Amino acid sequence: MTASTQVAKLEAEAITIEERSPFQVVMMRFRRHKLAMVSLGLIIFIFLVTALAPYIARFEFDEVNVGKYFVDWGTVDAETGRVHYMGTDNIGRDYFSRLIYAGRISLTVALLSVLISETLGIIVGAVSGFYGGWLDAVLMRFLEFMLTIPTLPLLLIISAMLLQNEELIPIPEPLLNFLGDFLLLGPRAARNAVLIVIVLAGFGWLSSAQLMRGTVLSLREQTFVEAARSLGASNVWIIMRHMIPNAMAPIIVDASLGLAGYVVAEAALAFLGFGIQDPIPTWGNMLSATQQFMLSRPYLPLVPGLPIFICSLAFNYIGDGLRDALDPRLKL
Amino acid sequence: MNPKMQTNEKSDLLEVKDLVKYFPVRGGLLQRVVAQVQAVDKVSFTVKNGETLGLVGESGCGKTTVGRSILRLIEPTSGQVNFNGEDITHMRPNSLKSLRRDMQIIFQDPYASLNPRMPIGESVMEGLQIHKIGHPKERWQVAITMLKKVGLEEYHARRYPHEFSGGQRQRIGIARALALQPKFIVCDEPVSALDVSIQSQVLNILKDLQREFGLTYLFIAHNLSVVEHISDRVGVMYLGKMVELASREDLFREPLHPYTKALMSAIPIPHPNVKRDRTILKGDVPSPLNPPKGCRFHTRCPIAKDICSQQEPEFKEARPGHWTACWLVE
Repeated sequence: MTASTQVAKLEAEAITIEERSPFQVVMMRFRRHKLAMVSLGLIIFIFLVTALAPYIARFEFDEVNVGKYFVDWGTVDAETGRVHYMGTDNIGRDYFSRLIYAGRISLTVALLSVLISETLGIIVGAVSGFYGGWLDAVLMRFLEFMLTIPTLPLLLIISAMLLQNEELIPIPEPLLNFLGDFLLLGPRAARNAVLIVIVLAGFGWLSSAQLMRGTVLSLREQTFVEAARSLGASNVWIIMRHMIPNAMAPIIVDASLGLAGYVVAEAALAFLGFGIQDPIPTWGNMLSATQQFMLSRPYLPLVPGLPIFICSLAFNYIGDGLRDALDPRLKL
Repeated sequence: MNPKMQTNEKSDLLEVKDLVKYFPVRGGLLQRVVAQVQAVDKVSFTVKNGETLGLVGESGCGKTTVGRSILRLIEPTSGQVNFNGEDITHMRPNSLKSLRRDMQIIFQDPYASLNPRMPIGESVMEGLQIHKIGHPKERWQVAITMLKKVGLEEYHARRYPHEFSGGQRQRIGIARALALQPKFIVCDEPVSALDVSIQSQVLNILKDLQREFGLTYLFIAHNLSVVEHISDRVGVMYLGKMVELASREDLFREPLHPYTKALMSAIPIPHPNVKRDRTILKGDVPSPLNPPKGCRFHTRCPIAKDICSQQEPEFKEARPGHWTACWLVE
């Protein structure tokens, strides 16, 4: 009697241990990917530093210290006792402070671009793949046409146009104020950031839509979709409840790889002088500014270059880790 | 037929009249229709309230297409399906949705028929959500009740499909079909993907549920012994045509159509000394793209006469309640 109750108890325990939600399973597999875990740590660290920028930075991002040009690492400001951890730039602005404020902009731009392009991609891809027919044909030919255009020159032209004629795309004032407060860089920086996001996401969603369409095409032939239909589900219901949840795995991987791409793309635009403009710091325009001093101070490009490099590498590794973790063929 | 069925004749729940489904084959640059796959061609039958009609035939004979056309998961090319005296072939989407509450389907593949990202309790109550029946808590209770009916436990409801075996998943599929309390369920080869040991378990659950809820089944299968076990009447299909339809006893005692006879002789008998005449069919099933003229079976029929290749036999009542389509049956 007691033995059998004990057995029942043990069995009950075994059952509770076995029970794992798909999310837990994915996390378990992700933790095995060492590089991805290190990258995730790094990214969290960078996010924290940039989020806490006002508490960490000793100087304002546009604070000019007259006469203190290119001071060395760790120079102490004589009047206030503040430390230039990474020295100053050519007009005496503190490098370290600018770097972490720049991170705020660069990462926000990347995050917003991913958010918008993936959302747009999910919607267009799901509709196109699910309904098929002429709608699918038209949408896909349009996407293919857009994808054949070399992106960078077009991005340059569009961003130059948008940044010079700010009234071209009206952006609601409250959004700008909110973003400006969030970035701690004011509504002007926010306007620039939003315009860059529009440009980047405007081209970024194309490949996400193609990915989503492919996933939905294979999903919609599955029996569980027919089962939902036989229960009386509408197309919208099937897309929301069955297509999108099942297509999330590739989309999440695409998003994390996209983050890396957008960090680099934003930097590339700024480097070529068509992104967010000085005095608002971004990693890209800081890198661009070091060009003219490259011969005398060859280490300078590394200061903004390293965060770009680290972020893009880390997002790529996280993407790899997620791809392995979400792959259903590697069942536990 | 069980005695109860014989004494009081029941009314027809489902009536299928001249059901036709052609699948167009498109080709060329302009995607023009170049051929028609004649999956189902003028199939008629009725299913009575509370009975189980078995539907057998080889792969590709159109039995699944019949099942899905009845539910309008695929649109029939022509013909008529009456359910509860109502023509459902031309029903508009709105009425179709309420029809779904009365007609459900159980699928063949237990692995593909459940959404892998949905806890099974949610899958079971999805129909209630779609039809906005009850509050969320009540729906969950219904889901658990249904899971218990098919022999699962409450703690299973929050688990995901990959945590279950094939037999368990098939039972979850049954629970999902039951949650809307339908009158009629199309069982589309519900046991052919399962181990033999699990097959009888699922079949018995289906039988118990039929008794409890007064369900009517259209049971599609290719395994004759399974059909014999569960059906009251049996229809035999060959290449998109119904060739024979009779009560289980009549069909297994005296098959009339040569195709049915050949099928019967293929059932293995678990006794080494029993000798019997085997009718072994030659050749393959002809392509439904271009089915033979006359009787569709004449190319493989062991007793075919001239007339068989010229004129199509009528589907007629050769014995009381025993229908067949063959020129040579008197």
